[in-house]
Amino acid sequence: MDLAFTPEEQKFADDVRAFVRANLPADVRDKVKNGKHLIRDDYMRWQQALGKKGWLVYTWPKKHGGPGFTPAQRYIFENICAEEYAPGIIPFGTKMVGPVIYTFGSEEQKAKYLPAIRESTVWWCQGYSEPGSGSDLASLRTKAEKNGDHYIVNGSKTWNTMGHWADWIFCLVRTDPKSKPQEGISFLLIDMKTPGITVKPIIMADGGHEVNEVFFDNVKVPVENLVGKENEGWTCAKFLLANERLGIAAVPQSKRGVEALKDIARAEREDGKPLIENQSFAEKIADLEIQVTALEFTELRVLSQMAHGGQPGPEVSGLKIRGSEIQQRITELTMEAVGEYAAPYLPGLLWQGTNEEPVGPSYAHLAAPRYFNTRKTTIYGGSNEIQKGIISKMVLGL
Amino acid sequence: MDLALKPEHKAFADEVRAFARDNLSPATREKTFSGKHYSRDDHMVWQQALGKKGWLAYTWPKKYGGPGWDVTQRFLFENVLAEEGAPRILPFGPKMVGPVIYTFGTDEQKERFLPGIRSSEVSWCQGYSEPGAGSDLANLRTRAVREGDHYIVNGQKTWTSFAHWGDWIFCLVRTNPDAKPQESISFLLIDMKTPGVTVRPIIMTDGAHHVNDVFLDNVKVPVENLIGKENEGWTCAKFLLANERLGIAEVPASKRGVSVLRQIARSEPQDGRTLADDPAFTAQIADIDLQVQALEMSELRVLSTMAQGGAPGPEVSTLKVRGSEIQQRIAELTMEAVGEYAQPYQPGMLFQDTNETPIGPDHAPPAAPRYFNMRKTSIYGGSTEIQKNIVSKMVLGL
Amino acid sequence: MDLSLSDEQKQLKDAAERFVRDKYTFENRRKIAATERGWLPENWAQFAELGWLGMSFSEEDGGYGGGPIETMIVMEEFGKGLVLEPFLPTVVLGGGMIASAGSKAQKEALLAPMIEGKKQFALAWLERQSRYNLADVSLKATKEGAGWSLSGHKGVVYNAPSADHIIVLARTAGSAREPKGLTLFIVDAKAKGISRRDYPTQDALRASELTFDKVSVGADAVLGKVDEAFPVVEGAVDRAIVALCAEATGCMDAINAATLEYIKTRKQFGVPIGKFQVLQHRMVDCFTNAQEARSMTLMASLKIDDKDPTVRAKAASGAKVQIGKSGKFCGQSAVQMHGGMGVTDELSVSHYFKRLTMIDLMFGNQQHHLTRYSNLAMAA
Repeated sequence: MDLAFTPEEQKFADDVRAFVRANLPADVRDKVKNGKHLIRDDYMRWQQALGKKGWLVYTWPKKHGGPGFTPAQRYIFENICAEEYAPGIIPFGTKMVGPVIYTFGSEEQKAKYLPAIRESTVWWCQGYSEPGSGSDLASLRTKAEKNGDHYIVNGSKTWNTMGHWADWIFCLVRTDPKSKPQEGISFLLIDMKTPGITVKPIIMADGGHEVNEVFFDNVKVPVENLVGKENEGWTCAKFLLANERLGIAAVPQSKRGVEALKDIARAEREDGKPLIENQSFAEKIADLEIQVTALEFTELRVLSQMAHGGQPGPEVSGLKIRGSEIQQRITELTMEAVGEYAAPYLPGLLWQGTNEEPVGPSYAHLAAPRYFNTRKTTIYGGSNEIQKGIISKMVLGL
Repeated sequence: MDLALKPEHKAFADEVRAFARDNLSPATREKTFSGKHYSRDDHMVWQQALGKKGWLAYTWPKKYGGPGWDVTQRFLFENVLAEEGAPRILPFGPKMVGPVIYTFGTDEQKERFLPGIRSSEVSWCQGYSEPGAGSDLANLRTRAVREGDHYIVNGQKTWTSFAHWGDWIFCLVRTNPDAKPQESISFLLIDMKTPGVTVRPIIMTDGAHHVNDVFLDNVKVPVENLIGKENEGWTCAKFLLANERLGIAEVPASKRGVSVLRQIARSEPQDGRTLADDPAFTAQIADIDLQVQALEMSELRVLSTMAQGGAPGPEVSTLKVRGSEIQQRIAELTMEAVGEYAQPYQPGMLFQDTNETPIGPDHAPPAAPRYFNMRKTSIYGGSTEIQKNIVSKMVLGL
Repeated sequence: MDLSLSDEQKQLKDAAERFVRDKYTFENRRKIAATERGWLPENWAQFAELGWLGMSFSEEDGGYGGGPIETMIVMEEFGKGLVLEPFLPTVVLGGGMIASAGSKAQKEALLAPMIEGKKQFALAWLERQSRYNLADVSLKATKEGAGWSLSGHKGVVYNAPSADHIIVLARTAGSAREPKGLTLFIVDAKAKGISRRDYPTQDALRASELTFDKVSVGADAVLGKVDEAFPVVEGAVDRAIVALCAEATGCMDAINAATLEYIKTRKQFGVPIGKFQVLQHRMVDCFTNAQEARSMTLMASLKIDDKDPTVRAKAASGAKVQIGKSGKFCGQSAVQMHGGMGVTDELSVSHYFKRLTMIDLMFGNQQHHLTRYSNLAMAA
């Protein structure tokens, strides 16, 4: 057992850092550092740079065009990107539909879709949840009826993240209304430009637009866009979920978040001293930092098992739960640190990056909107209640 | 609305205080403040003094020999006694079986049993739980079969507090094995000296003997010991539970607990000063203090509804839930205040009146045992989970 | 970076598991706890034979060249069985301090026989007023000819009834609570002037209150340098904390397993109570807590030999905070889910709960270590 990096791992870390410094556009770095909202082009510029280097799909195996990183390299890559204020990689193509396609797709599908995902020239989004199917995903009703060499899709998807920027959507649709819920679902890729698709924004509590409703009205989808077999889409969905759980803990981002919180606590003053000298507030940060460390070492234990050929064990399921709670706690403490100046609401500054003068310190207006917005982390990707249900059944056998 | 006391109530409080100071033995009082266990005598001497004064059955209406107090007097009585270090009144006679008898019993039964309860000359215990019937009480299996003018009782009761001190036990027994569980239960009074009754101690984790198994082996009980109608005992049981839940929050004892905790903090050394100078610790005391105040106001609101002729609703379940959590937290903080000196185990100091000197300060020996023991409060009298189910169903309509 | 066990470490884990399975059934443990000594010499001899008493010491010191990971492995299994033998005071604390600060002669006279199972130690640091401050020491050692004379009081000294030598932290200079001016003395447990009050602890271990009345020792009794003991004690206690965290992790595994089994079998309302979602989610929270405890223990075990003392101290305190939090959660939840049975002496669950509770109180509780961690992190 050893925590230290080997000389090769050290060299790799240096390479990653040099790459990020040379290729992350300064304005994007600045936005991430200051917690501002990114636009489509910000993500694309960074992801395409990674794509060119072959690192965008860093979790993919070599034979599908990934770099074939070891778990230690993966850890190093994620941490350095976060430390250097790189934006998080949008997962819909790289971590979600990509692995589904290379695992369940035909050779034609691999050739057609994977290169654009690796290079980030196509933006993907996810069509899972529906108004009546949230935690109970298998009850979904969006219908795809076979008509010659097409499916005709009717229904609606909701909580669709960044669909207003997307070129393609991967959907779970019902292809057999008569069988058991899980057995009548298929996994379908749909071009967002197809006639009959409408995207309607959902405005969140912080005033932001990041999710949408997507309506399908007699949308014609070629049968060759079906991934895997008809009515076996639930298998793809489960695979995707398991694949997603590890990274969803967002440990590197949380480590960066704790550092940013400390900076704010050093800048904020109380009784003529920096807030960070307030023992009780400092202890709240310390407690958070310990939680992040515990989560990081749980993730490292899993990675270590995987490096030795093991499968991620039961502890993985807990990562999403604790990871999301920690993300929330960071925003909560940040808002607490800002105090009364968290109250002013400045949508222009927040959303459009206007030249408006901030009220209070430059980070203040972000604190409350982030706190409100981050409540989503214990809800999305399978709410924490659903995650506990999964662990209870699959791990504990209850 | 008014929180202030009227002059006659002030006079009443003074009278209660004077009575407690005259009648409560210093040894018993000391046990209360140091958290040691009482002997049977400690309870009996005190309860009999209360009985003589006519105050033991203080919740009873006048016509059954109670003092007929208003809710303010009850509140003052409970609080003053707690402040003075009186042991809590054992509820089995005065708060449990007594009200059942005067509500559901015959005149003969009232005459026969109520005086012994009011004077505390007869000790009662409760035969409810069974090995297979805990939270699911209606599942109880102890059988009472009618044979002429007797019932023959067979079965086992468990978690029977103070059965080893009890003269009588009130039991829920099954009198009709064919009907629905709740419709076949009867409420029976059994003399503990009847042949076939065996008491076996259950030793708790702190070494204490409070609870017992009670075995009933062909115990012959006269039919005149049945309260209410045969197979309608569940009505008595529900009445008793509703009656019990209010006082079970133990607010006066928790108020005393907080003040004792502050005293301990003032006496415990830390870094050349005392624990009371440690803001992290005093903030925790402040937090529990506020929780006690919130609970007290909730209880006062219920009492005020009752004073206007209203009945306590199922929401009193929340009082029991919070009351038990608060008692546990006070015990936990008290143990933390004692620190390393909570580790020595001194059963002599806990259970017997020995001359042994304590290891560490006087308040140290009971600290950890009390913490262990208080875990029971969220289990007994309907566990926290059961109480929340009651609120969820009866109050929220879920 | 590699967090997997080596083959030797896997064998060690197997051996420790086997020992606990064979020798520490719950009924056996109850019998051992009821003996006068509170632990079994034959088990201690077996530890020596298996090499556990020397595994974490360097070969130079007569050990087998392991380290904190080996200690972690064994302590975790000890936690599963609530093992009573005084491994922590003798090997981790006593042996650890002699290895780090002892002279060649002291190592030969004390460490070598300890590794063979022939000597046991106890560390006497706490005093009535100390709480968790290791420097709050008033027991005085004054010069007496070539040697020293010790007078004062020490409390809750684990393993003092069985120890051959008491390692005493005494003030030789400086004012109250000053880290400088502390000295460690290795004192024969039977030395004239020591009086002992022995007692069991809540979790069935043995400890004593010790009074030192002009106890004379030679100059060779000093462990390390005069007036410079604080870093030695602090380092040893941090190592002991990490070992305790491993023990606590084992306790949590065991108490969670017992609770899971119980809620699968205990029936109410016609179904196993584990079918109720409120208990399922609580059980999941217990497992998540134990995972976090295991992660922090591993982190601390890997960092406790770091060159930077701040890294070591932060690692120990960070792990202790986690263990306090997780131990309380698992312990209290286990009792609650067992219902009344959870508070009886009859089932193992209450015994694990008591041990977890006492572990939080030892060498500083969750709050103490949160403050310590916070101060270290802010100073960095």
